[in-house]
Amino acid sequence: MSGGDILSVDHLTMRFGGIVAVNDLSFAAGRGEITALIGPNGAGKTTVFNCVTGFYKPTSGAIRLTPANGTAIQLERLNDFRIARQAKVARTFQNIRLFPGMTALENLMVAQHNALMRASGLTFLGLIGAPSWRSAEKHAIDQAKLWLDRIGLLDRADDAAGNLPYGDQRRLEIARAMCTGPVLLCLDEPAAGLNARESAGLSELLLSIRADYGTSILLIEHDMSVVMEISDRIVVMDYGVKIAEGAPREVRDDPKVIAAYLGADEEEAIAVMESGT
Amino acid sequence: MDYFAQQVINGIVLGSIYGLIAIGYTMVYGIVGMINFAHGDIFMIGGFIALISFLVLVSIGLTAIPLILLIVLLVSMAITALYGWTVERIAYRPLRHSFRLAPMLSAIGMSFVLSNFSQVAQGARVKPVPPIITGGYTLLEQNGFAVRLSNAQIVVVVTTIVLLAIFTWLVSRTRLGRDMRACEQDQTMAALLGVDVDRTISMTFVIGAALAAVAGMMYLLYYGLVDFFMGFVAGIKAFTAAVLGGIGSLPGAMLGGLAIGLIETLWSAYFSVEYKDVAAFSILIIVLIFLPTGLLGRPEVEKV
Repeated sequence: MSGGDILSVDHLTMRFGGIVAVNDLSFAAGRGEITALIGPNGAGKTTVFNCVTGFYKPTSGAIRLTPANGTAIQLERLNDFRIARQAKVARTFQNIRLFPGMTALENLMVAQHNALMRASGLTFLGLIGAPSWRSAEKHAIDQAKLWLDRIGLLDRADDAAGNLPYGDQRRLEIARAMCTGPVLLCLDEPAAGLNARESAGLSELLLSIRADYGTSILLIEHDMSVVMEISDRIVVMDYGVKIAEGAPREVRDDPKVIAAYLGADEEEAIAVMESGT
Repeated sequence: MDYFAQQVINGIVLGSIYGLIAIGYTMVYGIVGMINFAHGDIFMIGGFIALISFLVLVSIGLTAIPLILLIVLLVSMAITALYGWTVERIAYRPLRHSFRLAPMLSAIGMSFVLSNFSQVAQGARVKPVPPIITGGYTLLEQNGFAVRLSNAQIVVVVTTIVLLAIFTWLVSRTRLGRDMRACEQDQTMAALLGVDVDRTISMTFVIGAALAAVAGMMYLLYYGLVDFFMGFVAGIKAFTAAVLGGIGSLPGAMLGGLAIGLIETLWSAYFSVEYKDVAAFSILIIVLIFLPTGLLGRPEVEKV
């Protein structure tokens, strides 16, 4: 894969017993780009995410992350908190996983664990209130407030995250992922359950994240208005294999993609399309 | 009335000790969802280390009681915390992803290991110490009955309040506290945000053990004795206190501790000493029938 890719997935296969969830999948996500992973339900999109973020150990294949400083990291060899700490990959889930009992601000503070951990000298400097720790804590609060302001939740900073409206929780999750300072942000259906206006707001938020921070984004999404509007590249999966890849316009007109979404065989779909034109 | 006031004072002192131990149960339950049955024995270890360090300090010729107490407190907290860390590391962490009962069985085993270790290392006899803190105040005296508040009681209650304040600050205001609360609500998500979950759980055991060590030292100061078996009954009582207050809730643990301490003392004073445990456990059962989540039973809020 070319040097301009932040993430390259090579011949990734993931088997669960006899079921092949992902079969010999290769694709790349460009640096500073928004790459969408789409496909019908059960196509294996979330499995790919779980492999990238260390939840699953792939049966075979390699997942390479190349940050801007050029040292490639094999993600399939990392697990657990090291994904966030060393590789700087952040993710959100299909279902919201905020810490419901903590305030919106605290949720964003937990995400800045790594920076604070260094400043607190493995806890002990923090306990005695060393100046370096205090300034780091203050910086973390400023950072959290900046994000709350950005997603329009500054006035609800001290409300428990679980009490926020659904759309706000979605945006708070993205803000929390961004507070870890990721080079790659993986979003699993961020527009699920949002209304049209909220989806448009989400598109704007993602575009502004890319513009302001240069963060590369990998996205699973069913809301085609969001996908087509913001994606630089789209990878289409069906039954665990890649069936198409390219710019939104190319993918939209690909007969195999249409077939996969309409559930017909390829020939039928082509026939449908040709009769339509 | 005087008699009652005296019993309330005694009950609060006993309750403070139970409350300090109960916090260890409730914290560990909150974060890993297991009952750490070895926690009572960690309390006993704390008592022994306090005794040993006290004797060492006296034998090297230190005479200033407040200084001795401070050093004993710090030493027993540090060494007992090391015990708590070790227990978690060797007995619970390897079983973290095993079936649910495995760490609990391991905890019961660890409880026996610790108490038998103390029996072998320190002997089976009860170890008495002469009263370290003497004196006190007579609050009121009438009809020949004096309500007394001893200096030892003041030290126990004040130490408990100070440590609780530090501990509450730690949980609600620091990075470690935030990490602990995050791990308790969603360990996977916490790990994805870069929190080292194993390390955070270790710290929970360390803090719980340090508070148990304080309780052990207070027990030694107040009752003037330690033995290898004292962790069992005190542990069960503190566990009861944690359940009574609502397991997972920190203020609940302290409240439950005070409640158990008062019930026991008042029952012994007005009815019979032999049945004090029956009274404490009966009230636990009655509370749990009507308030199944305990007194402060919203375990999903304010727990670690």
